[in-house]
Order: sequence, then C-alpha cells, then structure tokens
Amino acid sequence: MKARTLGRHFRESFKSIGRNGWMTFASVSAVTVTLLLVGVFVVIMMNLSKVADDLEKDVEIKVMVELTADEAARATLEEEITNISGVAEILYSPKEEELNDLVMDFGEDLRLFEQENPLHNVFYAKAVNPQETEAVALAIDELDNTFEVKYGKGKIEKLFSFLNTSRNVGLVLIIALLFTAMFLISNTIRITIVARRRDIEIMKLVGATNWFIRIPFVLEGIWLGILGAIIPITLVTFLYYKIYHMLSPKLEQGKLFELLEFSPFIYQVNALILLMAVFIGIWGSFMSVRKFLKV
Amino acid sequence: MIEMINVYKKYPNGIVAANGINVEIEQGEFLYVVGPSGAGKSTFIKMMYREERPTSGEIIINGTNLAKLKASRVPYLRRQIGVVFQDFKLLPKLNVYENVAYALEVIEEAPSVIRTRVMEVLELVGLKHKARMFPTELSGGEQQRVSIARSIVNTPKLVIADEPTGNLDPETSWEIMNIFEEINARGTTIIMATHNREIVNTIKHRVIAIEGGLITRDDARGDYGYEG
Repeated sequence: MKARTLGRHFRESFKSIGRNGWMTFASVSAVTVTLLLVGVFVVIMMNLSKVADDLEKDVEIKVMVELTADEAARATLEEEITNISGVAEILYSPKEEELNDLVMDFGEDLRLFEQENPLHNVFYAKAVNPQETEAVALAIDELDNTFEVKYGKGKIEKLFSFLNTSRNVGLVLIIALLFTAMFLISNTIRITIVARRRDIEIMKLVGATNWFIRIPFVLEGIWLGILGAIIPITLVTFLYYKIYHMLSPKLEQGKLFELLEFSPFIYQVNALILLMAVFIGIWGSFMSVRKFLKV
Repeated sequence: MIEMINVYKKYPNGIVAANGINVEIEQGEFLYVVGPSGAGKSTFIKMMYREERPTSGEIIINGTNLAKLKASRVPYLRRQIGVVFQDFKLLPKLNVYENVAYALEVIEEAPSVIRTRVMEVLELVGLKHKARMFPTELSGGEQQRVSIARSIVNTPKLVIADEPTGNLDPETSWEIMNIFEEINARGTTIIMATHNREIVNTIKHRVIAIEGGLITRDDARGDYGYEG
C-alpha cells in the first residue's frame, strides 16, 4: 500500500464520520454510556482494593521479649525474626517507648511507672504477605526469649476472608461489565456497518481489495471509540478530583486507610478507558466488516 | 479476448443457469445479450466479472482463467473490467466526483491523475457541472451516467452492462446508448444484457440469445427477435 493511500484512508474515515451523522451519534453514545459505567466501576473497585490492602497492611505481629533477656539475647532474637522467610519488616520498640505510647493514650498518671517499668521490650513484625501472618507468628513463637506473640487471632482470619470475597466479587463484576460493554458497543457498530453492507458490496465490485475496504472502517471505529471516551474520561477525572479532595483530609486523620492518590491513579484509569475505547472500536468494526467482505 | 468453453452453472437450489455455453468475443466488439427473464442472461454476465463462479468449464478473459482465479485476485480482475448495473450501484455517501474517483483510488492512482481523469469522463457523460452532487440528488439517467463514468474511468478494455437501461425512460435510454456507442468507438469491448428490443433493432450489433442456459442464436448484426 502506498503512503498516499493510507492518507486517503484517514481522510475517508473522517469524512464518513461526518456523513453518517446519526449512526456516528448512536455508536458514540453507546461507547460513552458503557465506558462511563466501566470507568466509574473501575475507580470504585480499585479504591476498595486499596482499602483492603491498607487494612491488611495494618495487621502486625507483636512480639514481647522475655523480661530476662539481655541485650545480646535481644539482638539474637531480632536477627532470628529477620531471618524467618516471609517477614517483611521488623521494628524494635523498647519498653520506654511502649510506656510513652501508653502515657499518650491514657494520661500522665502512668508516668509513675517510669521508675520501675513493668512493660516488655517489643518487636513489631509484618508479614510479606499479610495473609500468612498466622504462620509467621507461629514461627516467631518457636524462637527463644519470646514472652508472648500476639497477632489478632480470629479477627484477622475473618477480615481476610471478607476482603478476599469482596475482591473476587469485584473482579467478577468488572469482567461481567466489560463483556456487556463489548457486546453493546460491537452490536451498535455492527448495526452501523450492516447499514453499509451494500456499500461494501459495491466497493468489492469496483475492484477494491479487502484491506482497502477494511482500513477506513477500522479507522472510523477508532475515532468513534475515542469520541466515545471523551465524556467518560472528563467526568471520571472531575468526579474523582472532587471526591478525593473532599475525603482525603478526613481519612488522613483516621490513618486506617487512604484513597488512591489522584495522580497517577486517574491517569492510569483514563489510559485504560482510552485503550478499551480504541480496542473496542477496532474489534467491533473489524468483526462486522468481515461478514460482508465475501462478495 | 473473452472465451467461454463448456461453461456450466448450477445454483445450490438446483437451477441450471448455464448448460454448456461456448462463445468467443473479440476485442472491440459490441455485443447484445438477449433472452427471456430467468434464462441465464445475468448469470452469463456475472460470471465474467466473477460475481458468480462456473460449476465447470473455462472462462478466459485477457488470458486469465476465471475458473481457476483465487479469491484474493478477484479485485485485480475487476479493475480490468468496467461494470454498469441496472440499479447503478453508486455509493450513497459519496458525491458524483468521489464515486467515479473511487475506481481510481482502489488502484492507488496519483491524486493529480485522478482529478484529470475523473473530470474527463464526467465531461464525456455530460455531468461535469454536477460533480459535487450526491446520487440521491440526481435523476435515474444521471445516476446511470455516473455509473458508466466510473466503469470507464480507469480505461478498461472491457465494459459489461447488465440491463443498463432497465430502470430508465426511453429518451434517457437513448442518451445512455449514445455514450456506450462512443465508448465502443474508442475500441472498448462492450457486452450488454438488455430487454430493450427497440435499441437492439435500431443500433445494430452482434446479438446473442440465451434460453434455458444455452446460446440459441448468435447473429453478427442481429435483431432482438422476441415478441413483445
């Protein structure tokens, strides 16, 4: 194919969008509605997943060091915990710090204990995979010089099973929605091309090769997809901007979880929407033209 | 230029549209194909530009055997043949100029050549002034003239017309015939299926009659030969 023919295909695809006014409008509307749904849903699901991750990351193992352990024993213990596979990070908090935390939470009266601190030195450990917290905790418990290992037994299992279920449900919903979107859009594009079935037949009779017919249609599909992506991208970006700036300050106080940062998250979502739009456009027109090329 | 040897065509529904056709057509001829409806005229015509494929036999056009032509080569065959249809087959979303230019765009002709060639043929069929109009804005006769312009724009050696005057009033039909005469005078072979006895009897050319899938008559300067 010569370069000027490619240029001709581009011009032709733009012209066709203008001349097929209502069909263009129908396809673009279908793309717009479905991509808007997908976009909003993806934003919600991604954030829920972020919340789940945050909640999981808050799960930690509290290792209280035996009171009798001296500095050397404590160092050994720290090394042993670090060496357990599956331990992501470990934080040492001496009993003075622990007391400080208590004072912060329950008031100055507790300063009395500064003379004779009854608390344990503590290691806070986190599992690489939060879902393996229990196994890691049990492994730590096996080590010498541990007084007690706490990790929220019972509660975290429930939390994890809840988070896993909600993740799976979200994934299924996203996939179902994607399929619906593909079906709806390719159907609309098919209708617009069925309307031009006669055109394709004529083009073939005049001696056009299949690619000569196909390329302008596929290009047109791409433009329709991109046109249909404009409103969803604008709306999703605007809404997320608003919501993010409204909720983030409040969530920061709680420190339990946060929303996904506006940037780069929203740009990734937008890229995804655009990619889907283009893919749907190409796929829809390609499949539809294919049916009528056998003249 | 065109040779059919023992051509048979049986459609899936059992109808036999060609039952052993043998014919030879020379370069520069003007040939009428006549016969009752459903006798195999259209099939005869359609097999020449490979809209239909023969069940058996050989069809040789300019040295190419259509019976053995691969589907991917069909577009290249059609570029050597101009086809004019009873229902014009113009692209509704393209204007007159673009419809004619399309036949040159598919062969990737240079834009400057396209412009001059399209305006030349539009002048020939007398529609230069309507180049920017769309098919729906034209009369039937004008649409047929656009269709003819498109069929000859890439100067094919052969133009095939399937009842080109079938949808036109008598006066317009004569105008269309004049254009075909002019194209033929330039050395282009023309094969025309028609029901128009007046035209066949007035502008004398070779006449082939097809009945029951067979050539029943082949006269060098024949008549329409049917009643009514």
